[in-house]
Amino acid sequence: MATTVDVPTRDAARPPARSMRARRLATLALLLVLVVGAALASIAVGTRSIGLGDVWQALLDGDLASEEAVIVRQLRVPRTALGLLVGLALGIAGALMQGHTRNPLGDPGLLGVTAGASLAVVLAISVLGLTSPSDNVWFAFAGALAGTVLVYAIGSAGRGGATPLTLALAGAALSALLYALVRAILVSDEQTLESFRFWVVGSLAGRGADVAWQVGPFIALGLVLALANAPALNLLGLGEDVARGLGQRIWLARVVGLAAITLLCGAATAACGPIAFLGLVVPHMVRALTGPDHRWLLPCSGLLGAALLLAADVIGRVVARPGELQVGIVLALVGAPFFIALVRRVRTAGL
Amino acid sequence: MSVTAPPRAPGTPPVRSGRTLRVGPVSASLRWREVALPVVGFAALVLVSAVSMGRGDFPIGVPDVLRTLVGLGEGPQEFIVLELRAPRVVVGVLVGLALGVAGALFQTFARNPLASPDTLGLTTGASAGAVAAIVLTGDTATGAVLGGLGIPTAALLGAAVAGLLLFALAWRAGLDGYRLVLVGIALWSVGNALIDWLLTRAEIYDATSAYVWITGSLNSRTWDHAVPLAIALAVLVPLALAASRVLAALQFGDDTARGLGVRLAGAQTAVVLLAVGLVAFAVSAAGPVTFVALVVPQIAVRLTRGSRPPLLASGLLGALLVVSADLVTRTVLPQALPVGILTAVIGAPYLLWLLVRGRRRSTL
Repeated sequence: MATTVDVPTRDAARPPARSMRARRLATLALLLVLVVGAALASIAVGTRSIGLGDVWQALLDGDLASEEAVIVRQLRVPRTALGLLVGLALGIAGALMQGHTRNPLGDPGLLGVTAGASLAVVLAISVLGLTSPSDNVWFAFAGALAGTVLVYAIGSAGRGGATPLTLALAGAALSALLYALVRAILVSDEQTLESFRFWVVGSLAGRGADVAWQVGPFIALGLVLALANAPALNLLGLGEDVARGLGQRIWLARVVGLAAITLLCGAATAACGPIAFLGLVVPHMVRALTGPDHRWLLPCSGLLGAALLLAADVIGRVVARPGELQVGIVLALVGAPFFIALVRRVRTAGL
Repeated sequence: MSVTAPPRAPGTPPVRSGRTLRVGPVSASLRWREVALPVVGFAALVLVSAVSMGRGDFPIGVPDVLRTLVGLGEGPQEFIVLELRAPRVVVGVLVGLALGVAGALFQTFARNPLASPDTLGLTTGASAGAVAAIVLTGDTATGAVLGGLGIPTAALLGAAVAGLLLFALAWRAGLDGYRLVLVGIALWSVGNALIDWLLTRAEIYDATSAYVWITGSLNSRTWDHAVPLAIALAVLVPLALAASRVLAALQFGDDTARGLGVRLAGAQTAVVLLAVGLVAFAVSAAGPVTFVALVVPQIAVRLTRGSRPPLLASGLLGALLVVSADLVTRTVLPQALPVGILTAVIGAPYLLWLLVRGRRRSTL
């Protein structure tokens, strides 16, 4: 199964190089349009709908003090910016994870990242009494890193290394364990539960611009590392031996990839709480359009991730008025059927 | 996770297969460990249960408890044992029994020691049902209906829905163990998302009681919890034991099982539905007592040195684990934690050990 994902197949139906390039450019343009559209919708739609004209005015004229302008500038724009950052990070992290593990089921939510972050945040709230999102960022970060490393260590221990099945199982098992510990703390600590239950759903609501500034640098660094990793990832897709023969330093590529995944997932989880399935779904959709070349796949996955996250956020605001359905919940409800379809489609013999 | 057993190296002696018992046309191979384990497990279970019923604000000795249980008790002791303490212990025994048998069924069927109601999303489905019943009461029309059902029924429904979804989504010209596990993981995350969302909508005291419920607890269980569970087990456990022969064939893989004359689709359906039913009733009575269904069959298969988890022994060991864990949380620990936390703390390290270690040797 793994080999069907990354190795470029040459068959008769494959378009010649020039038309492939045109198709990729068209995809990129389409994704950019989608992102801009989703961002505008995210600014305009909400408990109080604001016309696109007013949005435009509020964005252009910084001194405008109408109620709409204040909502746009102080609530909607930071929220949209954070959504863009997090979607970008999760989309690229998903593509990286799937590329490095050659595992079509790679997703930060399934591979222990979010469970690790959850436990760290619970500890931070309950032991240290830190309740605001901006305080929890660092703990979520550390927990995400620990979770990623543990899942990979457990999933690839023993003979045969990491396969899609062992990684998915290691992720599920470790998550079950970490959530059990989380429960052990929360059962006897009502105050911690009160803060934690709003963090764990994965939401863009209530995060100010300060959170975006805090995680922004990490996401930027992660993006740079990820894009730098793309050519090496293409070679790794040919198999480690071939990549080594072509002069690739394997360990360097792996370390850069792991660092990028941790930075991106950790920062996204720290900012919004656990968001599952986005990193799983996006690369599959993009791969169908751009092909398996990671130099195109990674940036396009980032763009589609941002567009989908913002769209899910807007949907969550619309369907449950006057409250809202958190973006993490929307994505889980949309993403799980996709995951199941994927599991049913691939030949299980390859697992 | 190798499925087939490794070829035996030349020179090693064959596994001793024990005596063969023949009664007319029926024959069965008898191995003393497979007989001894249930007997020892049952004896230990009776002992621990008696100790558990004796401990509390009004201590009663084990002989007195046993005398009361067989109907020779008197006055206050009879009331305390039979009305106050017995329901809790009985629910613990039945829940452990159901989870142990269900775990053995799942693991044999999926040929994977990690397949358990916890990773397959069944207990998560039950939790989502229960949390909905706790949280949504009176809020909306659906909430009023759910609240009227009561928590156990809502949990039963949740587990049944999760089980049917698991079955329907993993079914594709037959059931495959790996596909079952992966679909289960997806259901698990959807269930968790639902629970998390419901908890954000709850009042904080509702959220706390929901949290205690989804940890698995035997607190304040009465005969009302025990009786439905007992009736369900009286039907399901004999059926599961009757399916034992089919399981013996299923463990070799689909092709071999078919070759041995098993009607595969029907057998798989029966095994999975039995396991789902056992889990659903167990969870509806006590909440998801995690890791029992995962750990116990693996311990049982090591103790019997058999080729697959023994059903009856897994059930008895499961009961023993739940009752002992409950006894420990009530008497040893300073704070009365729900029993599910202790089973998780025992089970989780074992699970990780299984993951790291499991693939070097062919387990199961």
